[in-house]
Amino acid sequence: MPPKKILHGLLIAAGALLAGCSAVVLHPQGDVALQQRNLIYMSTGLMLLIILPVIALTLLFAWRYRASNKKATYTPEWNHSTMLELLIWSAPLLIVMALGALTWVSTHELDPYRPLGRISASRPVVPENRPLTVEVVALNWKWLFIYPEQGIATVNELAAPVDRPIRFKITASSVMNSFFIPSLAGQIYAMPGMETTLQAVINKTGVYEGFSANFSGDGFSSMHFQFHGMTTEDFNHWVQQARDSGRELNRDVYRHLALPSERDPVQLYSRVAPDLYDAVVNQCVEPDHPCMKDAMNMGTHSGMGTPANPPAGASSSRASQGSALTGMPAAGHAH
Amino acid sequence: MMFNHPDITKLIFGRLTLDALPLHEPIVLGTMIAVMLGGAVLLGVVTYYRLWGYLWREWFTSIDHKKIGVMYMILGLVMLLRGFSDAIMMRAQQAFAFGHANGFLPPSHYDQIFTAHGVIMIFFVAMPLITGIMNFVVPLQIGARDVAFPFLNNFSFWMTASGAVLVMISLFVGEFARTGWLAYPPLSGIALSPDVGVDYYIWSLQIAGVGTLLSGINLLVTIIKMRAPGMKLMRMPIFSWTALCTNVLIVAAFPVLTAVLALLSLDRYAGTNFFTTELGGNAMMYINLIWIWGHPEVYILVLPAFGIFSEVVSTFSHKRLFGYTSMVYATIVITVLSYLVWLHHFFTMGSGASVNSFFGITTMIISIPTGAKLFNWLFTMYRGRISFTVPMLWTIGFMVTFTIGGMTGVLLAVPPADFVLHNSLFLVAHFHNVIIGGVLFGLFAGINYWFPKAFGFKLDEFWGKCSFWFWLIGFYFAFMPLYVLGLMGVTRRLNHFEDPSLQIWFQIAAFGALLITLGIVSMIIQFVVSFRRREALRDATGDPWNGRTLEWSTSSPPPTYNFAFTPLVHDLDAWWQMKEHGHTRPLSGFIPIHMPKNTGAGIILAGLSAVFGFAMIWQIWLLVIVSFVALIAAAITHTFNYQRDYHIPADEVARVEAARTTLLADHV
Repeated sequence: MPPKKILHGLLIAAGALLAGCSAVVLHPQGDVALQQRNLIYMSTGLMLLIILPVIALTLLFAWRYRASNKKATYTPEWNHSTMLELLIWSAPLLIVMALGALTWVSTHELDPYRPLGRISASRPVVPENRPLTVEVVALNWKWLFIYPEQGIATVNELAAPVDRPIRFKITASSVMNSFFIPSLAGQIYAMPGMETTLQAVINKTGVYEGFSANFSGDGFSSMHFQFHGMTTEDFNHWVQQARDSGRELNRDVYRHLALPSERDPVQLYSRVAPDLYDAVVNQCVEPDHPCMKDAMNMGTHSGMGTPANPPAGASSSRASQGSALTGMPAAGHAH
Repeated sequence: MMFNHPDITKLIFGRLTLDALPLHEPIVLGTMIAVMLGGAVLLGVVTYYRLWGYLWREWFTSIDHKKIGVMYMILGLVMLLRGFSDAIMMRAQQAFAFGHANGFLPPSHYDQIFTAHGVIMIFFVAMPLITGIMNFVVPLQIGARDVAFPFLNNFSFWMTASGAVLVMISLFVGEFARTGWLAYPPLSGIALSPDVGVDYYIWSLQIAGVGTLLSGINLLVTIIKMRAPGMKLMRMPIFSWTALCTNVLIVAAFPVLTAVLALLSLDRYAGTNFFTTELGGNAMMYINLIWIWGHPEVYILVLPAFGIFSEVVSTFSHKRLFGYTSMVYATIVITVLSYLVWLHHFFTMGSGASVNSFFGITTMIISIPTGAKLFNWLFTMYRGRISFTVPMLWTIGFMVTFTIGGMTGVLLAVPPADFVLHNSLFLVAHFHNVIIGGVLFGLFAGINYWFPKAFGFKLDEFWGKCSFWFWLIGFYFAFMPLYVLGLMGVTRRLNHFEDPSLQIWFQIAAFGALLITLGIVSMIIQFVVSFRRREALRDATGDPWNGRTLEWSTSSPPPTYNFAFTPLVHDLDAWWQMKEHGHTRPLSGFIPIHMPKNTGAGIILAGLSAVFGFAMIWQIWLLVIVSFVALIAAAITHTFNYQRDYHIPADEVARVEAARTTLLADHV
């Protein structure tokens, strides 16, 4: 049958080319992305158990029971079989039960909010290997990375030591973007006035592509950055390089940076205004703009809402709104 | 400009100026000139052959569900050409825009194209085609003479058409949204999209949405109230069952879309903050609401396609449908579950693991009834006698293709897997795989299947098969590379790439799009050839496929009144059972038939709505007021129209039926 042949040919061609080329989702270098890749393989395998027979039977029945084949049995009135019905409902049910269990466990294990339990399959996280915090701000159309521990910041370049957990705190200045380094871990949205979290680790030194995975306007296509997985020495050296740049990221510089621009070169900042990220999340970098956390607290005090139930919280979203940063520590949002 | 006084200019033109015309964009300007010339030729031809009166009396003002169904189909197919042109431009751009080459589309144009492509394909291709087929088939299949509210049906069609007209105007006057087809805020908010694009989006969807909702109510009531005597729900043909479920979904889901777009309009026009981060607003609310409409929308499209496949597979396997009851329950289960999965469109927006798992698992559960349906089609073919007609080819093509799309869909429902595949070309490949492989293949099967019923002659087989093979092979070439690109970490909506190793895949995809073009061309040739060979392809019996359901019991095309006598239903496959029991057509005893009367109110109201929408978009407040008052006045005037029905005299019925008797006698 032609469709089968085509499909077959395509699958083989795709497989061959995929093996040769850089299918980064299938060959990641970070443990989280690796587990996600394994999950893709497992789920696909489970589903093929039923998909392949269905496709094969479709083509087989179409051929076997063609009108010209008078030898095949013909039962024009036959339309029910309790046994078959049981089978055709329970076969997908069993697969979905297996897949559902896998989903429940893996979704909790790979929850981007959950602090990492392991560096790689054989190495658990030890307490002294504290996570590196990076605050990520998606701007139009570039990425700002703030390292609160190191006191530095960068634009369109991210670096981290290998095998050290990284905790990204992610927000955006005005438009939604999605923060995605396929080699490292799955993506999470960067949303204005909200903060999301991603926990990840890179296991191999190298330079990896990062980008926005959610359309954000005219400059979206060039919203790339490079992510460097480095040895600890190289990372320290890189931090020192930023410190030596002698440029400070204060609110004025940030306001200028936040203006729309494309293909911005890499920039390093030796110092960062300590409350800048907090002000970005709370949308109050502009001096005359009240911070969301204050505005919301005002609301709670005047009885317009209750602290447990901020009026603006989207019910299904765990992305914490700005207000959460005041009273509730970020840890309150992890398990 | 005649008016030098700025206030008068603003009063009359709002923010519309000559700059809104694409005078500096050669591609758009060329298209505009071509469309205007084509339009002029069309108008000229209609005028030359004095067809205006005929079109107005017999089509535009018609409340006959069959003609309205055909008009929906024409609208959908014309808009398919527009939506497909957008697709070709995207494929061309992505095949060439690498490294130093920026391609031929600047971002501001490219962004409009992918937005328009999505909006048009869903709202103005798939929806009109689905509604058109349901409109045409359902009353015939349940033995009714028309829908429950015939005027409303005409009005619904014209509202959908008005929405389409607004989208088309946006191509030449001003611009369309540059936000993606669901116009997520904050990007679609006034701060970041201050121009008219998003307003075109809002008003075209609001106006078309009224049409869709009313048509949903109409068909729902028709199916519930107007089935022929004896047709209990569990004797209803499976296509009508899927239509019933789809219209339940429409009635429940479309008001959500209307509401969320109304809130977005308030944000844009009145300065409210529902979806901004100011004053406690939140864009997540929009994203939740739009998907609470958006996910059921997917099933609104695919359920009737499932119904079509069920009819086709049973007819051309010359066998009863396997597992009718289980098919019905599968459809109902899908209907209910389709409301419990919307969050799987944004696992990556920070929901917790338990919430994500819940929506992931509900999504997977939908694959159980869907899988059961596939097996039912499979076992309908089992021990059948399958004729490989064009509709059957589309069905087999669907069964293979849709299965693959279903698998990738379930994969995307596993949240951690979605974290790496969300918004990627893998996702784009997946939803084209189910929408083309499911909805569109189903519609093409349906068009080939019911065309003889609508026009009295079959469609040409050769060109139909050409179209099928080009589409099928073209589909695999166009979308399998996108799966691969998704696994290579390529995200959607990009108009330029740096990595040269990706280019070959985009070029294969572009080649696939070229094959699909040939599929579409074959389909157009198929229509033309069939029309010219219509005498050879004539269906005199009214039952060209040896069908099983009631629509095949009447003539092709059916008379205005569908059935001279309302049929009595004793079995699931009513017409099959009638044939088995040697049913004879009654030849006398006709009585006058009560029918609804044509009216121009629908097209007038919808036309005024389009003017109102246009005025709102360009903020021409004077015209807003005038058109709104006119709209209300026309609606009230219509309520005073007491001449809404008439009786077809018994003599006339007898004459039509006698003509059919002669025709049948000549062809036995």
